[in-house]
Amino acid sequence: MKVEATATGKNVHPLLKVENLVKRYTKRSLAGTPEELLALDSVSFTISPGTTLAVVGESGSGKSTLANCLACLESPTSGNIWFEGKDIVKLEERACRQVRRQIQLIFQDPASSLNPRWSAFEVLVEPLILQRKFNREEIKKRVNYWLGRVGLSQDIVGRSPMELSGGQRQRLAIARALTLEPKLLILDEALSALDCSVQAQIANLLMELQSSLGMTYLFITHDLAMAAHFADEIAVMDRGRIVEQGPPNKIFIQPEQETTRRLLAAVPRIGRGDQSALER
Amino acid sequence: MILPQHELEDGRKQVQRMTAILEIHDLHVSYRSSGSELSPALKGVSFRLMPGEIMGVLGESGSGKSTLAGSLVRLLPGNALVTGGTVQFEGKDLLQANPDELQAIRGRHISLIFQEPSLALHPTIRVGEQVRQVLAAHGSRGKRTLNERTRQIFAEIFPEETDRISRSYPHQLSGGQRQRVLIAQAIACGPSVVVADEPTASLDPTTQMEILGVFRRLRERLGLAMIFITHNPALLSDFADHVLVLYAGEVAECGPAESVLGLPRHPYTKALFQSIPAVSGKPGTGRKAKLPVILGDSSRSSLPIRGCCFEPRCTERMEICKEREPSPANLSVSHTVSCFKYES
Repeated sequence: MKVEATATGKNVHPLLKVENLVKRYTKRSLAGTPEELLALDSVSFTISPGTTLAVVGESGSGKSTLANCLACLESPTSGNIWFEGKDIVKLEERACRQVRRQIQLIFQDPASSLNPRWSAFEVLVEPLILQRKFNREEIKKRVNYWLGRVGLSQDIVGRSPMELSGGQRQRLAIARALTLEPKLLILDEALSALDCSVQAQIANLLMELQSSLGMTYLFITHDLAMAAHFADEIAVMDRGRIVEQGPPNKIFIQPEQETTRRLLAAVPRIGRGDQSALER
Repeated sequence: MILPQHELEDGRKQVQRMTAILEIHDLHVSYRSSGSELSPALKGVSFRLMPGEIMGVLGESGSGKSTLAGSLVRLLPGNALVTGGTVQFEGKDLLQANPDELQAIRGRHISLIFQEPSLALHPTIRVGEQVRQVLAAHGSRGKRTLNERTRQIFAEIFPEETDRISRSYPHQLSGGQRQRVLIAQAIACGPSVVVADEPTASLDPTTQMEILGVFRRLRERLGLAMIFITHNPALLSDFADHVLVLYAGEVAECGPAESVLGLPRHPYTKALFQSIPAVSGKPGTGRKAKLPVILGDSSRSSLPIRGCCFEPRCTERMEICKEREPSPANLSVSHTVSCFKYES
């Protein structure tokens, strides 16, 4: 089943348009025939600039494969990914590098995605150095600007990421992703590993950056409550397919698919008696 | 250890003390960092666990919740130092027990479940054998009885596909199934207390619910008491009987789950719950609105030298909070809050 829908902005050109994206992995075993695994099964959707699309689903539903394909870290088996009108699937390596700059990824666990042997400063400047476009002054200026923007103080630059708290680390990861001024930020479970109070701080930061800079987010999560708070649209994935897509209110009030209902039932709520979810 | 006067006078607590299966009193644990400096992780934690009770321990990273789990069975890192307090299990102080006594208690009477099931299981041994080894290590005799008992345990945890799963290797199982194997190991020797340190943190919500369901069933069938450690308050509603909220190594609030989760009193607990987006089907309720946050952080360097440890981040702070530490105030028979707002 294909579900195609546009995010809230109606007549805007989509920033990202994904058409019939398929990713097939072949599992080779020592004996016997290779097994095929369909990680993405003709996935299609669009995201308008300045909006957030949340992709929710259980583990193994293909959420992270989708993220990796969009960030040019994996090449899809078939299908198209249009980013600002360009099909990035067919781009050659050099052109691809230009696109990658525009699409940045933030991972679940900043403790394992930031180099522990580097200082926070080195972590931040690496993408700028790799672009080879900026001189030392500019690099410093940008780093300082983004540090302030994500709410980190200047004196953490000398510290290693391991000396920072979970929230500071995720802020650092966000600052690094933003130094190149990307248009699309893919948040792959970016809040899941954080404590509740820190989650709220980072979610606020991301929402503030969206309203001031017009950032576009693809928010991959299994936290439906946060998805509903954060996103303009929610796409529900199950076994490589988008089975349902719509604005949060619709997903919450009239879920059409069994997968969605199951995910909704599993959302833990504080202080409200909801026995049904547990007794199965 | 001399108990404070007000506790001795409280007749009800006397009764509870007699029936509690595990009693932690004024536990202090510190870590020795570089040099001889001691940084405290637990500062006077006390609570009681009744037989068959599920105690939810809620705390953020750095609040000392894993230290608490480790100190109950004395499995702390080498640089940890228990500087005071008692852990009474069936009348014995575990902190004074010798290594042989401890070994007999661990696994058999008190068992531990860790967060990451893929790290806790041996990758090249079938999971059935791994559960059997736990039984063997605790002295169940005879190959026949061992195999029979292993099968029973598997049937308890995996009512369907019992045999297929017990013959599988860890990598052939899903995260939820692996976590169930750990539960099987934990209950193998019929302990009376299970300590679970973030057992569902790496699982997705549907699987989390499943695992909570398993725990619930085991409690009903085997009368297990549990200490369930988590950073996610939402997991505890409809699951825990009591909730203990840890902040910076101290008990902020402790009481029956429905009153702590339904009507939190400590400013920290209140603020923590508010920072979680509510699930509501109502159209347009505060979507994309700023979530209320607790300003600042709880890292060691930002804790005050004296006074209440939450004072710098508290929105309801008073003059007295800077001066001295609050002691637990009783709101009801079993609900205590460490805050001056409730001190009489």
